[in-house]
Amino acid sequence: MDAQQKPLYGLMAEFNDVTSLVNAAKRTHAEGYRRIDAFTPFPVHELFDAIDAHDRRLPLAVLLGGITGCLAGFGLCYWVSVIAYPLNIGGRPLNSWPSFIPVTFEVTILLASFTAVLAMLGLNGLPMPYHPVFNVKRFAEHASLDGFFLAIEAEDSKFDRDKTRAFLQGLGAREVNDIDP
Amino acid sequence: MDSKTAAHYPAPPPVIAPGHTFETVTEKISRIVLGGRHPLGWFIALGIGFLFVNVLMVSIGYLLLKGIGIWGNNVPVGWAFDIINFVWWIGIGHAGTLISAILLLLKQDWRTSINRFAEAMTLFAVACAAMFPLIHTGRPWLAAYWLFPYPNTMDIWPQFRSPLIWDVFAVSTYASVSALFWYTGLIPDLATLRDRTKKKWLARLYGGLALGWRGSARHWQRYETAYLLLAGMSTPLVLSVHTIVSFDFSVGLVPGWHATIFPPYFVAGAIYAGFAMVLLLAIPLRKMYGVEDFITMRHLENMAKITLVTGLMVCYGYAMEAFYGWYSANQYEEFMIYNRMTGPYGWAYWMLIFCNGVVPQTLWIKRLRTNLVWLFIMALIVSVGMWLERFVIIVTSLHRDFLPSSWDMYYPTVWDFSTFFGTLGLFVTLFFLFVRVLPMISIFEMRTLVPAARVAGPHDPNADVDVTYGGNQ
Repeated sequence: MDAQQKPLYGLMAEFNDVTSLVNAAKRTHAEGYRRIDAFTPFPVHELFDAIDAHDRRLPLAVLLGGITGCLAGFGLCYWVSVIAYPLNIGGRPLNSWPSFIPVTFEVTILLASFTAVLAMLGLNGLPMPYHPVFNVKRFAEHASLDGFFLAIEAEDSKFDRDKTRAFLQGLGAREVNDIDP
Repeated sequence: MDSKTAAHYPAPPPVIAPGHTFETVTEKISRIVLGGRHPLGWFIALGIGFLFVNVLMVSIGYLLLKGIGIWGNNVPVGWAFDIINFVWWIGIGHAGTLISAILLLLKQDWRTSINRFAEAMTLFAVACAAMFPLIHTGRPWLAAYWLFPYPNTMDIWPQFRSPLIWDVFAVSTYASVSALFWYTGLIPDLATLRDRTKKKWLARLYGGLALGWRGSARHWQRYETAYLLLAGMSTPLVLSVHTIVSFDFSVGLVPGWHATIFPPYFVAGAIYAGFAMVLLLAIPLRKMYGVEDFITMRHLENMAKITLVTGLMVCYGYAMEAFYGWYSANQYEEFMIYNRMTGPYGWAYWMLIFCNGVVPQTLWIKRLRTNLVWLFIMALIVSVGMWLERFVIIVTSLHRDFLPSSWDMYYPTVWDFSTFFGTLGLFVTLFFLFVRVLPMISIFEMRTLVPAARVAGPHDPNADVDVTYGGNQ
């Protein structure tokens, strides 16, 4: 059939409530599907476990950002006060590090915070002006309201149009839709 | 609230009125932005605010034309309204960060419906605050080289041992991180507005700002991690900001400034003034937009309690200042506190004690704490009291310094007042514009409070307990 030949991004199942979605996501993951994603209008911690979505790179990036900020902040104070513009006031030490702490602290927080947000967006692949999931009409209308969705990408090694569709329907989905690319 | 729950050990009232679903929560908050009609109060508030924005423009224009001689400050009172207003505004900002960051870390679910507009309040208060140190240089574009470290043609660098430079770093970091925190919290709600609006250009605008957010679980996980880390970093940040502001005074040797109590005393005062401002905004807002279901009596009562507690801390600060004056056995310190209480500005000191020490004590009484009219008046009095506190600290310490030959009085001019009221107008204008174009309550966080947001299952033994009736108040 013609419809069978058209390229597909994946399949999307919609569930009635958050509990069915979490259970379905668990079974999908247990079934061996890996290129899956779930969509909810608010964060659901049980889902992170269900599809094994735990990115540990983000806290590490923030730590590195913070360390960089700390070194940069202290380095700035030190370079200015000791090397570039030394002021000898009554023979007091040029490297008066206690008075450099406030600036060092602020720059640490500044860089760590920017790293947190930029790394979050970067790892999430945002900004993304176009994404196929929005081609599903129900998704576009309900994903940011009250819809609970589970998507399996066609790229997944276990993906098979008919079998995967039947599998999703067997999970108690209220409807299963094709995601046009 | 209703009297039958006020039995012996009443359960804390819910943070969201019963009966709400994902749809009603989303609809109710997004309609404020997307629905056409706005209440009359909005137009009135914006109109008055905008009037004072014009006053501000004229004041700043005249200041840049004539120089800071148009203000009343002069030797020995070199710091006056500009610094008083700076400290007052930046203090107000602190409550927003406290609500959004510290209460998040403490898992206080009642913060959810007030954090968004409190964060907006922080941003606008910091904007008003930052204006004063900039314009009090008279020619801000000539002041850049000693404020910011950049390679200039004079080969001069800022003095990193000065609290004023620490202040530049603290306030600019605070403004940047608050903006970042606020925007991060807005992303999922911008996506909601993108999907809800029926106008194509609005969908594009909100869509662009939402960065293509689609509510993926993988995204949510990183989002929550980032948000929690931001909250964790904002917490010490907000404490550091007012600490550093207090260093502007306490590092100096002026009697009445040179005290180690200043950092904690300033931080408590900042939170105190900030919660008063949140109350001032929340009480009319919930009425105007009919969001009493989300900003419930419990929220207002909790905020009143925090105001009471921080008010007591501030009073402790006043007591300690007086104690130090005596215990230091230093004649300048002794004279400072004596002069503060009985000198020419004694009226300001006793008004301050009345506003910050006496009036908030009415919040011990539940009937007054839950009376909206009284809460509003009380918050106004607290705001005045906190402004007077900075006036007293700055002016009374400076006008009688070490040498009696240089003693003098300080009288503000009309331009001092017009600049101050102008920033109030700017704050009101920005705030009401924000209410018009962005959701003033976090929609996605409100959804998590709806009972249907709970996942039932073996990992959740309390699945049938309604989360909104949780224990911590």
